[in-house]
Parts: sequence; structure tokens; C-alpha cells
Amino acid sequence: MKVTVCIGSSCHIKGSRQVVESLQYLIEQSRLEDKVELGGTFCMGRCQQGVCVTVDGEFHSVTPDTVKEFFEKEVRARA
Amino acid sequence: MRKFDTKVQYLKYKVLREVAKEAFADRLPETAIDIPKMIVPGKVPTMRCCVYKERAILSERVKLAMGGNKSNPNVIEVIDIACDECPMGGYEVTNACRGCLAHRCEDVCRFGAISFDSNHVAHIDKSKCRECGACSKVCPYSAIHNYRRPCESACKVKAISMGAEKQACIDNEKCISCGACVYQCPFGAIMDKSYILNVIDMLKGSHGNRNYKIFAVVAPSISSQFTYAKLGQVITGLRELGFHTVVEAALGADMVAAAESRELAEKGFLESSCCPAFVKYIETNFPELVQHISHNLSPMATIARYIKEHEAPCKVVFIGPCTAKKAEIQRESVRPYVDAVLTFEELQALFDSREIDITALSEGVLDNASYFGRIFARSGGLADAVAEGLREQGLDFELKPCACDGIEACKLALLQKSRGKLDANFIEGMACVGGCIGGAGCLTHGEKNKAEVDKYGREAYEKTIQEAISVLKSN
Repeated sequence: MKVTVCIGSSCHIKGSRQVVESLQYLIEQSRLEDKVELGGTFCMGRCQQGVCVTVDGEFHSVTPDTVKEFFEKEVRARA
Repeated sequence: MRKFDTKVQYLKYKVLREVAKEAFADRLPETAIDIPKMIVPGKVPTMRCCVYKERAILSERVKLAMGGNKSNPNVIEVIDIACDECPMGGYEVTNACRGCLAHRCEDVCRFGAISFDSNHVAHIDKSKCRECGACSKVCPYSAIHNYRRPCESACKVKAISMGAEKQACIDNEKCISCGACVYQCPFGAIMDKSYILNVIDMLKGSHGNRNYKIFAVVAPSISSQFTYAKLGQVITGLRELGFHTVVEAALGADMVAAAESRELAEKGFLESSCCPAFVKYIETNFPELVQHISHNLSPMATIARYIKEHEAPCKVVFIGPCTAKKAEIQRESVRPYVDAVLTFEELQALFDSREIDITALSEGVLDNASYFGRIFARSGGLADAVAEGLREQGLDFELKPCACDGIEACKLALLQKSRGKLDANFIEGMACVGGCIGGAGCLTHGEKNKAEVDKYGREAYEKTIQEAISVLKSN
């Protein structure tokens, strides 16, 4: 499973670093390192909806507050 | 508000703008020959002896705007016919000499080069004069003038001399492509080659970033440029031009600061590798000190490599204040990562060729780097960032930086190092006075620029180097 977080300027100021750090932590805690590939990209062209995250190409809008919920539903449940 | 410091820059800009306009309209190279007449119409000369000479020079500028002489590897070129062959006699007594009684000039001259005629007017014996300038300093009438060519005075590496036809000639072996002569020549007779057409081709070929994404990597000195608009509007303007997105070179600087502080702690002494003109200067003049040059790529190349490795297929265009960066991307170690370099002058021409008025645009966002990555743009910033890098990584190493701006200061530090007399373990070398904000490709060079860079640094969302680069570790 490939999870990509936007680290472009717009998402960055909306907290993409916190989202990346949380995901790293949650993936590690859930021992999903072998199954989930976490990556970054500069801009997905949907800056209004940031922080932009894709799971195997499927778009999600995430914030530092909703990252745990997102992880449970879209990553852990499907990995 | 003024966009340029000088009318020479403005002229150069007009040529670039017209060339870009024709390129976007797919009319080049056919219409290249008509551009001089578009810029100088009519029959009344405004710059030179006649419109025909003006147009002849402009057609040379058009050639440079289209990439210049391919057989000359240097990115800096002399336009022979534009060179005004300035006088260069050294110190001479002008007619402001009043034949006074004091004769301070004679007293101060240690070489006995000054004598007086029957009217007590001073004369300099050229065979004795050593060009020290002492007489010029003491004359109460400022009657002694140093006739030096602005290009030669600007060139601190002594790469410019007078050719057989009295025109300026550049010694490519010595030239570090810093562009000081480009900015200083009052006749605009020395220019940097432009790669604006390569960028336009890339923009066209990307088909709205569908074939490949084009990244604009901008230097932090951009914060002191385009002062007539907001930085966010420049970012939106870049997107309007067709760039996929804009990334701060300062993020590359954060990556460099982290790696450079580790390398320094390991090796004990380093010379910085960020400024390509400084690197070339060491290679040419201090070969024995090449071993101490940091092994890190420059911030530009570092972030470009990251982008190339993670965003393929893509193109990377660096936009900055620097002409030497145009030479840097010809190096084997950098060529794979950066596809073209533009200066701020050239970016202004690109905006205007598309009639993009950036002051009318909404404000985009530019935020990838930390305060420390951003202050690389001014002298002392890199040393501050390395100190921070050491601190953040808990490295026990006492940094003794020697921040040098301008090639003369760099030379002094390197000379001291080569003689074992330098009391420092890190030389931050920047070829331009003030650092990158003094670069030849800047639109404006002002007193406030340093303050602007510091202000921009403080506005960074991330406060530490580690925070800024932590997002990259996801890969």
C-alpha cells in the first residue's frame, strides 16, 4: 500500500509535517512498516483541500487533528 | 516602482522579453533578426552614435538571449562592438589641479613620481608610479583621478584585460562567472548567456505538466526582489507561466546545513561549497585547498536531486540571483539534476512576455524551509545555519566560522589558510559582496535587502533545520 503526503508549501503550512510524523509513528506502532510505503510529493494541485494525502492513488483530505481517524479507517483497516 | 537598478539592465530585459514573446508565439528563429528594430524603431539614436550601431549591438544581445556562442564554454561573454573601450591610464592629474602651494601629493608619494611644471601643476611620472592611490586621497581638490575600466575594477579575479582592439577580453581560465563585470559595465558590453529559450521549450513541451512536471526552485534572495509586488504573487505568477509548483532552494540549504555540520565535525575544517564562483576560485587559485571543499552539493543541486529522485518524470528550473549557477549546472555532478537556470531579470522578462501582471494576482504560498535555510542568501547565514546544525544534532564541535563575502575577502581567508595562519575552522565563501543578495542577476541591489532576507527567514513556518527536513524522511 502506498501512502503519499503532500509536502508542498500550501499543505506544509496546514500541517503536513505533523501528518507525516503522526503517520510514521502510527505505522510503526501498528507494525505495518513492511506493508505501507509512506512517501512525500510537492503539490497534488488540490491545495484548497490540504493536507492532501493519497492511498494507492485515492485522494483524501487530512488535518493533523483527523490523521489518527484517517489512519484507522483508510490505512490500518485496509492494509 | 522601479524594477531595475540601471538602464543597462532595462535594455537587457527588453531584449529578453521580446525574445521570449517571439518564442512563445513559435516565431523564432525567423523573427530574431527583426527584434533590434522592434526595440529601436525610427532614425533617432538614443544610446549610441546611430540607430544602426544600436541595432547591431542589439542583435548581439538577441544572440546572447538565445543562448549565445555555443563554442565558448563561459556563460559570460563580451559583446565586442558594445565595448566603449574606456580609457585605462591609471592615476592621472586632471585639470582640477590648481597648482597649490601645499604639494601634499608630492609629500605622500613614496616613489618620487610627482613633479611640478612652471605653473606648479602636478604631473605623474608613469615609470615611477605604483598606482598606490595615496596622492589621489590627499588632494584637497580631488584633482587626481584613477582611470580604470569599470569591468576591470569589478573583476577581483583579474580575468579581464584589454584586447588588441582595446575591447575587454575575458580569460576563461581565471573567470569564475560571478557576473560582477556584467552588472558593473556601464555600456552593457558584458552579458550572461540566457537559457530562457530552453525554459520556454520545457514549458511548452510539458503540455500543462501532463507530459512531465516542471518545478521552479527559487533562491531565498527572491525575498529582496520583486519588491513592487508580494512574494506570494510571484509564486502565483510562476504557476501562471506553467510551472507545476515552486519549491524553496532554502529547503536544500536546510539539507546542506544538516549534512555540512556533520562533515565539519568529522573533518575538523571545511570550505563551503554553496557558491559555485567561490568553488571555481579555489580550484583555480588554491589547488592545494581543494581537498577541504565540502563534499555536499549546493542547496540548489541538493533539492533538485531530491525532486528528480522522487517526482519523475520532471524538469527542474532554478531561479536565482546568480550567473555562476549557469556554469554550475554544466558540472558533471550537477547536470543530471538541474535542467536550466534563470536569473530574476530573466524571470521578470518571462512574466512580461506573457503579459502577466503579478501585482494583479492572488497570493500563493511558499513555505518549505526553516529560518536557517532562508538566511543562506546573505553573508553569514550559512555559518549561522551550520552552528545550528551542530547544536540540533548534539555534535560536540566548537565552530569558528570565517564568513567572507566578496572575492577579496575570500582570497584573504584562503591565503591565511594556505599559510597556516587562519584562526577559523569553517570558511563560508560567497563571491558576491553581501552574499547572494549582491548577485549579478538581481533586479535590484539595495541596502534593505539583508533586512528583507532576515524578515523572510523569520516568517518561516518551521523554526529549526530538523523540523524542515523531517518531512523528507518519509521517503
